[in-house]
Amino acid sequence: MSFITRGFSGRSRERDERLPPGQTLVHDFPVLSAGPTPEVDTAEWEFSIVTETGGEHRWNWDEFMALEIEEIETDIHCVTHWSKLGTRWRGVSLDTLFEDVETQYDFVMAHSYGGYTTNVPLDELLDGKAWIAFEFDGEPLDPEHGGPARLIVPHLYFWKSAKWVRGLVMQGEDEPGFWEQNGYHLHGDPWKEERYW
Amino acid sequence: MQHLDGNAVAGQLADYFSFDVTAATARCNGCGSIAEFARAMVYRSGAGTVVRCGSCDQVLATIVEAGDRAWIGFSGVSAIEVRRG
Ligand SMILES: [Zn+2]
Repeated sequence: MSFITRGFSGRSRERDERLPPGQTLVHDFPVLSAGPTPEVDTAEWEFSIVTETGGEHRWNWDEFMALEIEEIETDIHCVTHWSKLGTRWRGVSLDTLFEDVETQYDFVMAHSYGGYTTNVPLDELLDGKAWIAFEFDGEPLDPEHGGPARLIVPHLYFWKSAKWVRGLVMQGEDEPGFWEQNGYHLHGDPWKEERYW
Repeated sequence: MQHLDGNAVAGQLADYFSFDVTAATARCNGCGSIAEFARAMVYRSGAGTVVRCGSCDQVLATIVEAGDRAWIGFSGVSAIEVRRG
């Protein structure tokens, strides 16, 4: 029987390469809420994308569920220093939702039931980088985790992954959303530690 | 009319910024109600503290703390009434 420990190589405990700087691994799923949890029935739920011409693309729950659904496995990184690796979601890619959307604008404001907003550049939502997810770990998304559906933009800090999302509005400028107006970074890349202003 | 720079109000604001917040009243931009901060609803999340209007739920104020930095926002109030000593 042989033992190989990292101690023999003279190195201290190696850092998981999937963890951005300043992050710690967690196994639970901390809840961050800035207000009461909106209770949105899927019978009333709607999702829309609104462009600069006032053009509106709308889906109710049944229409949304009829779209191509993807399985997502991804790491998520919260600005409050926790990361969770290999989380599993099901949802609709923003590429699918933007298929028929015509816009010249480069920025998006995500709006949520309950009033929360967050800003994301459009090119960071496309090409397989973002989804509207309605399932986490094989279960319908809990209201406290943003159900019935939330935005998932895993390459940015998790406050950008707006819970209870109800729509995206195209914007000519990268205007700050709720937390971005109140101290958080306009962009929020965890690998660059874009946490605050 | 000539304006002064921000230093001109530093002393005046410093006097007021040491007020007792719970006793102060604020006017909500959302519904117009004027109420003491103590009657607002406070939500604490890891990202920050959010103070909401007790009447209409709108965000009155936010506090974000990160190490030696803090951000205090009063995005939802039009004014705060402070009792003068
Ligand atoms: Zn109010």
